[in-house]
Amino acid sequence: MSRDFLLRRLLIAIPSLFGISLVLFVVLALAPGDPFGELVTNPNVPPEVRLALRAKFGLDDPIWIRYVRWLFAMLQGDWGFSFVSRVNVDTLILQRLPTTMAVIGASQVLAIMIAIPVGVLAAAKPYSLFDQIANTFAFIGFSLPTFFTGLLLILVFSVQLNWLPFVFTTEIRGSGWPWLWEYVRQSIMPVTVLGLFQGASLVRYVRSSVLEVIKLDYVTTARSKGIGERKVLVLHVVRNALIPVVTLVALQMPIVFGGAIVTEQIFRVPGIGSLLISAMLANDTPVIMGVTFVFSCLVVLFNLIADVLYGWLDPRIALR
Amino acid sequence: MAGSTPASPSASAGPAVRAAPAFSPARDAWRRFRKHRLAVASLVALGVVVLAVIIGPVVWPVAINDIDFSAQLKPPSFAHPFGTDDLGQDILARLIYGGRISLAVGLVAMIVAMVVGVLVGATAGMSRGRVDAALMWLADLFLSLPQLPLLLLIIYLFRDGLKAVLGPEGGVFVLIVLVIGGLRWMPVARLVRAQFLSLREKEFVEAARALGASRARLVVHHILPNALGPVIVAGTIDVANAIIAESTLSFLGLGFPPDIPTWGRVLFDAKDYLDVAAYWSLFPGSAMFIAVLSINFIGDGLRDALDPRRVL
Repeated sequence: MSRDFLLRRLLIAIPSLFGISLVLFVVLALAPGDPFGELVTNPNVPPEVRLALRAKFGLDDPIWIRYVRWLFAMLQGDWGFSFVSRVNVDTLILQRLPTTMAVIGASQVLAIMIAIPVGVLAAAKPYSLFDQIANTFAFIGFSLPTFFTGLLLILVFSVQLNWLPFVFTTEIRGSGWPWLWEYVRQSIMPVTVLGLFQGASLVRYVRSSVLEVIKLDYVTTARSKGIGERKVLVLHVVRNALIPVVTLVALQMPIVFGGAIVTEQIFRVPGIGSLLISAMLANDTPVIMGVTFVFSCLVVLFNLIADVLYGWLDPRIALR
Repeated sequence: MAGSTPASPSASAGPAVRAAPAFSPARDAWRRFRKHRLAVASLVALGVVVLAVIIGPVVWPVAINDIDFSAQLKPPSFAHPFGTDDLGQDILARLIYGGRISLAVGLVAMIVAMVVGVLVGATAGMSRGRVDAALMWLADLFLSLPQLPLLLLIIYLFRDGLKAVLGPEGGVFVLIVLVIGGLRWMPVARLVRAQFLSLREKEFVEAARALGASRARLVVHHILPNALGPVIVAGTIDVANAIIAESTLSFLGLGFPPDIPTWGRVLFDAKDYLDVAAYWSLFPGSAMFIAVLSINFIGDGLRDALDPRRVL
């Protein structure tokens, strides 16, 4: 993979980041009411201070100047402070980001571990009984909204069986193995909910991708050489069939973040998703903007990673 | 074995050679659709849900906000087939009412997404060059927006403004439908564009053009009808996605106001009573699940019927 390709991909990512930031800013600018309304209605803030604040934040300037200034502030990490907890927004988000990334990462691994074997086996014998069962379960999997799956799991494993805790807490006492075990125990349900939902939609992509590859001539050649069916499947077909799946995993990221918000809210996982919801319920605008911006950057970042990986796995793409 | 995988189980059947008096594309599609047994079963299931939601209030004329403190959190019984909630309100009546809203949101949001998607896709497909590139860049940009956070953000910022103009119910409905639809037009636009790019070069379009058909006539009478198959399939699945999106908003407490019991909202109210009243969450959740699953299966059946070449 050439350096040119990397550079080109990076340059393509920049306009989309600009575009996304423009969309966010337009939404904010079009919104009725004052984004700093809390300061206006608060009787403890004298009018002079309010006017000074408006001037400081430049709310009376022309809109494009406000956009440029807002963008620079966002890029420098100067995201304001939370109205509710009086903490800098970037500190608040950085505190909670690792939890979110851990849950999303673990659930993606689970989804891939389910989707690849099931999808490949289903495609190996299309329209067999296994394929039909897998297909039906995939439909059930992505038709079950994450919040309902979450409630069902809580109902079964916490309320009925009392095996797993249904509230995620960061204040687990103890250390070493018992601490780790508690941590894993409370992560099982959030990760399962997200992973199953994601896995269900990936299964169909893996299956169709394998079906595309399996009819290519080089696979027939491999078979005609007398290589065993299993070897053909694993060494010849799957390797190539999984390349487009890499892109799909990245393209699904916006949906995964949506699922993560819901899951964090149900299990009270202290990540940035639950931060977003509590900020909305408390009218904490700077935090809301900050979290949305972080989610947008993550989506662009994952798209970039997928593009680069794709070019690395399939050099034909990088040459174009 | 190589290259012999049919695109769909019913596609391999080939055109039926029958002494049918008249052949119509619709009848042919219906013949293929019927082969997808799960899709047919789903059509029946969805029909039952829709019928229940429409004629439900006639058969079960119980007020949705009839507070009865003597019947709090009662499990299902003859008086209340789906039980009651913490205020003694009848859950069946609330689900019937909420179902109307949830299904209507799904349908209207889908129509919004279709209209925008077809307009953008058709414009891009017909005009190629710079306009096409710009529109597709816009579609890619929208595809990489984080949907749920943005949805939440827009509703958070605009809810009060629209409420003041259109009333609490109407304002939230219009907002949710516009935003969900406005964030889902991209796949349709890409599908329509791809169809247009290939169809506009086909002989029958060229023939129409040679006969002096105007651009508008070409698009409306010749290209669009032939591009509709995949669009209908995408639209069906969009209904399911929109229902999930609306329920998610309501479940997070940021959708419809508390006095409008959409399925997601009922689930939101029920989630803190899982240990004492599991039925309260199970009924709305199952209603949602049945509606969404059957719509998805119908979409799959329609894909076999209208677009038999595609594998996925």
